[in-house]
Amino acid sequence: MKFSNVMATAGEWVRGEGPHYQVVISSRVRLARNLRNRAFPGWAKKAERISILDLIRPRVEELTEMQDSFSESLQELSALERQVLVERHLISREHAAKGVGSAVVMNRRQTLSIMINEEDHLRMQSIRSGLQLKQAFKLVDKIDSALESKLEFAYDQRLGYLTACPTNVGTGMRASAMLHLPGLVLSELINQVIQAVSKIGLAVRGLYGEGTEAMGNLFQISNQTTLGEKEDEIINRLSKVIETIIEKEHDARQVLLQKKSNTLWDQIGRAYGVLTYAHAMASKEALNLLSIIKLGVDLGAFPEDRRLPIDELFIDIQPAHLQKSSQQKLNAEERDHLRAQIIRERLKLFPKPDISKMARESGDGSTAGPSNNE
Amino acid sequence: MLCDVCKCNDATVFLTQILEGKMQKVNLCDACSKEKGVQDPTGFALADLLLGIGAAEEIEKGASTQKCPVCGFSQADFKKTGRLGCSACYVTFAEGLNTLLKAMHKGTEHVGKLPQRAHRAMELNHRMRNLTENLQKAVAEENYETAASLRDQIKQLESEIAT
Repeated sequence: MKFSNVMATAGEWVRGEGPHYQVVISSRVRLARNLRNRAFPGWAKKAERISILDLIRPRVEELTEMQDSFSESLQELSALERQVLVERHLISREHAAKGVGSAVVMNRRQTLSIMINEEDHLRMQSIRSGLQLKQAFKLVDKIDSALESKLEFAYDQRLGYLTACPTNVGTGMRASAMLHLPGLVLSELINQVIQAVSKIGLAVRGLYGEGTEAMGNLFQISNQTTLGEKEDEIINRLSKVIETIIEKEHDARQVLLQKKSNTLWDQIGRAYGVLTYAHAMASKEALNLLSIIKLGVDLGAFPEDRRLPIDELFIDIQPAHLQKSSQQKLNAEERDHLRAQIIRERLKLFPKPDISKMARESGDGSTAGPSNNE
Repeated sequence: MLCDVCKCNDATVFLTQILEGKMQKVNLCDACSKEKGVQDPTGFALADLLLGIGAAEEIEKGASTQKCPVCGFSQADFKKTGRLGCSACYVTFAEGLNTLLKAMHKGTEHVGKLPQRAHRAMELNHRMRNLTENLQKAVAEENYETAASLRDQIKQLESEIAT
């Protein structure tokens, strides 16, 4: 499979509508594995990294899940192509910075991607739409079991799977979900939620993981510890917390509808107005406004069939996607123009926000009670 | 509370320092704290005070010259990058890492997935332990027939483990 094929189709997680799709954009589970007694990628010399890659890559490519896969060495990918993969969460930002001796292999549906020689020799990741952490784990677990029969992984009776960074030792597992929380942000409850979540050993991060800013009201929540707890226990604990956050988000939306419907209506109207008429737009502004439109779809202000075009825009307006689709390198100003143009075109057939529908939804909500709004 | 150094004046300066992951506390009187230069905490090491001048440097040097026999990684490299050199580093630097892991994680022992290989190794080890125990018992009871049979089983298991 070629890069153009990857580019042409969005991953299952963008198109799919998994459980709780209104709030949970995607679920990801990754496992870190290393070969026994071989230097970790950060410490290995170039020749050793290449020999490790040559050892691992054929074993990954021959997996049944990897038939007709996209498999490429990092140095064969342009900076722009790597960035596209980062924007789709198929490789990490760290991996995008790698060159000779690193590779990425992913399946056709873009639900499974395997980074070779990232921080660890193997980083296997499964990504699914909605809240599907268990299903995502099942897939990487299967891949891990298939690979361990052919490769000898570094494993210690007491410490479990050994990783380059001690923070990943044990299960080597990081499970995370991307949540869309405009209700909690607009009602200024988000910091309370973030604080509560951090206190119970889970991490909340921005759009692209560690050290990145939260944009478009998108937040990543993940487990912080990997030693002393079973994989399914970690996933259950995380899922329960996410379900609570989903409930809080729905509650916040109901309260907004009932008590601040004017503010809500104003926000959605402004977002619609700016997106349909602006001629220059930075990605941060675009993401924040699209988030409000997405909220509008959830609340019934726009028809349900408008959901997919908005979800796709979240990906398509990001810097590398813009440049890749226009097939030229653009400076920031040119990007902002092109971004605004693409958004205007896609919103052309978009109906105006329908306040009456929203008001009715709000009426329904108040009689049915806020906990019945799913 | 008396000063830890002169042991005659009342302590007025209370110091806590974390060194090599261990917390150390020292109580000093006004005069001793001045003499030891405690007023400038940046240029002061608790180890120097407790073990004589130069001790801290010695400890630092000892720890950072230790190298992993498999990959040549040192503790100083770990301080720089926060990453280890290879899987064998977990054995080489076990002492320091254990304190670190305890602070980082929920537990100190892995309870999750086992690779098939480890599963099999554990099973074989378990069988070996049982056989050895039974053999000792049989010898103690002078039950030589059973002991001979157990010895043969152990030999066979040893060759299985070797493969």
